[in-house]
Amino acid sequence: MTIRRRTVLKGMLASTAMVAAPAVLRAQGAPFKIGLLTVKTGPLAQGGIQMEQGIQTLLKEKGSTLAGRKVELIVADTGGNPAGAKTKAQELVERDSVNVILGPLAAFELLAITDYVREHTTPLISLAAAEDVTQRHANPWVVRPSATSGQCSHAMGDYAAKDMGLKRMATISEDFAFGHEQVAAFQRTFEDAGGKVVRKLWPPLVTPDYTPFIAQIGDVDGVFTGFAGSNPVKFMRAYADLGLKGSIPLTGGWTAMDDALLKSLGDEAVGVVSAHFYSPTIDTPSNARFVEAMAKDYQVVPGGYSAGMYIAGQCVEGALEKAGDKAGDKEAFMEALRTVQLTDTPRGPVAFDEYGNIVGNVYIRKCERKDGALVNTIIKTYPDVSQFWTYDPAEFLKNPVYSRDFPPAKNLE
Amino acid sequence: MPPGAVRALCLGAALAVLAALPWWMANPYYVNIASQILFWAVFALALNVLVGYAGLTSLGHAGLFGMAGYTAGLMLAAGAGHAAAIVAALLATLATTAIFALLALRATGIGFLMITLALGQILWGIAYRWASLTNGDNGVKLADRPAPLGLHLSSPDAFYLATFAVFLLCLASMRLFVRSPFGASVRGTRDQPRRMRTLGYNVWLVRFLAFLFSGFWTGVAGLLFVYYNQFISPQVVALQTSAEVLLMVISGGVGTLFGPVAGAAIVVVMKNVASAYVERWNMVLGIIFVLIIVFMPEGLVPGAARLVRRGYRGLRAGSGPAAAEAAASPGTAGR
Repeated sequence: MTIRRRTVLKGMLASTAMVAAPAVLRAQGAPFKIGLLTVKTGPLAQGGIQMEQGIQTLLKEKGSTLAGRKVELIVADTGGNPAGAKTKAQELVERDSVNVILGPLAAFELLAITDYVREHTTPLISLAAAEDVTQRHANPWVVRPSATSGQCSHAMGDYAAKDMGLKRMATISEDFAFGHEQVAAFQRTFEDAGGKVVRKLWPPLVTPDYTPFIAQIGDVDGVFTGFAGSNPVKFMRAYADLGLKGSIPLTGGWTAMDDALLKSLGDEAVGVVSAHFYSPTIDTPSNARFVEAMAKDYQVVPGGYSAGMYIAGQCVEGALEKAGDKAGDKEAFMEALRTVQLTDTPRGPVAFDEYGNIVGNVYIRKCERKDGALVNTIIKTYPDVSQFWTYDPAEFLKNPVYSRDFPPAKNLE
Repeated sequence: MPPGAVRALCLGAALAVLAALPWWMANPYYVNIASQILFWAVFALALNVLVGYAGLTSLGHAGLFGMAGYTAGLMLAAGAGHAAAIVAALLATLATTAIFALLALRATGIGFLMITLALGQILWGIAYRWASLTNGDNGVKLADRPAPLGLHLSSPDAFYLATFAVFLLCLASMRLFVRSPFGASVRGTRDQPRRMRTLGYNVWLVRFLAFLFSGFWTGVAGLLFVYYNQFISPQVVALQTSAEVLLMVISGGVGTLFGPVAGAAIVVVMKNVASAYVERWNMVLGIIFVLIIVFMPEGLVPGAARLVRRGYRGLRAGSGPAAAEAAASPGTAGR
């Protein structure tokens, strides 16, 4: 008898649940799957972990619900190499059937999978800087909410010539595509504004000691650095140790002075001027929430990688809102994503150009010590900077992609 | 049934299961993983010719691997057809192998290792720094996969079957090589170079030819790799790739036919499948290697065969050691 009563009770419970379930399902639908391609092992892991923190912060803030839809995040570690990125992209697309991929981190990883996401019509939101992914080989399935390699250093070149009044500069950057592209963009705007790049130095990616390179800088009145990863820390220390810090001002691209690096830097960084698409001091409501949550959950000051991923998540939210019921359809979602316009992101208002690259503010910041801690204080804002700077896109794209040899350096001594 | 027939039957059944993999493996992702295991296995088998049979440990094979991939990629980018690109890639790899061999065979042991390491790094440097040719670290993309015999390899299943066919060919050629008089002379130069010389063998030439044989299959593996990824960049040519393949050979079993295949399977599965579940997959892989070294210093395949043999002998203890020994002996036939 008791058994039967229990069965009846169970049946009642089940039927109540069945009545209630459709309402819940209607409100949420199947979860929208976001795949994150990041690097959690190997030398690039620092940036990769920051990327994961950025998107986790957004999802936590939103209760894992974007535009009314439950969101599921699947994290994949590429190991920081192209073949790994390809395999992990296959895992996310073919096994996990994600609706959108965020990442990967490095340019060579992005280049290894752009054709793949196009074939499998999977939207990709990447922070990697490879210029041509949104230029000469623009891919309809890729958008980039961070910046091309040249996007920030265009502004840095302009500022160095016009506002800092520098005339003769040397550049120093790692000898790989990201460095080449940054320096080329810097040289172009700096020389267009009347400056001269008189020396270009290319230390290898792994350089234990920058002293021999710094010794070659010579007679200039400013230096531009395009270092990335942990190299800026090593470089700035050597630069200060050799006594150049006070005499030749240092400028840099976004990775050279990213705010996530500040905790590893000391007085050698004070006074360095850098161009970045993000700064923790930007005064927008979402940035205030983001910086606070990052400090609370991870005890860090966020930099470009985590902010970029937070913004990527906001772009997903914007596209979900825009696509509405059709968000499950990849074509409709991608179209919504490419036309997303956000006013409140940690980096200010953003939109994508027709090539899928972001148009947004670029900030010139000066590193200062405030209340004992290093801060990159914004000293100038270039509003709505496009990847083409002020050049005509059609003219811009007729030129070869930025490299070690283009634009040619005519003023080398 | 004689033990040899049981062995052949097992092997046949295993190959049939592998050949039918696209039909029973529901998800294309796992078919792709299987393709990766197979072409890494071809690479490991190729390296095993030198490491296992000739006793020459090379750390420059990633250079040869990349040579094939880059040649094919650049030829295709320049507008050549697949057939031309593949032939050119294999020829270029053979030529590079010959140069490697000419320089490296002046030494054996550590000297050989260091020379191949240096040569591999030179090729890496070229891939990385000669940006006007190789596009530097931005790499080279392949627009398309080929369509041999009218079967287009763009789908995971088709690519798997083609890779499997190449893998079988490689395995067969390795078996032929091991059993041939030439294979015996290569092993002779490994164990007793001086005696081989007194017997009238040209030790240098035997090693040179073994190097070429190894280089050829490395080139084939490089081609499969580049067609699989449709992208190649300097990372592939770096020392890490050479070391990884060497690890596959050593962990699986040096100088065995199936050891390198097992080693390739472990590394690929750990790197790609296990890394989705275990964040510290590098550490797990390291622990597996330590366990292999501690408990099966001769490698996974011969080590497992030894354990099975011991268990078998324990079971058959009543029927006399001679019978057990006879039943066990085919287990070493792969050597």
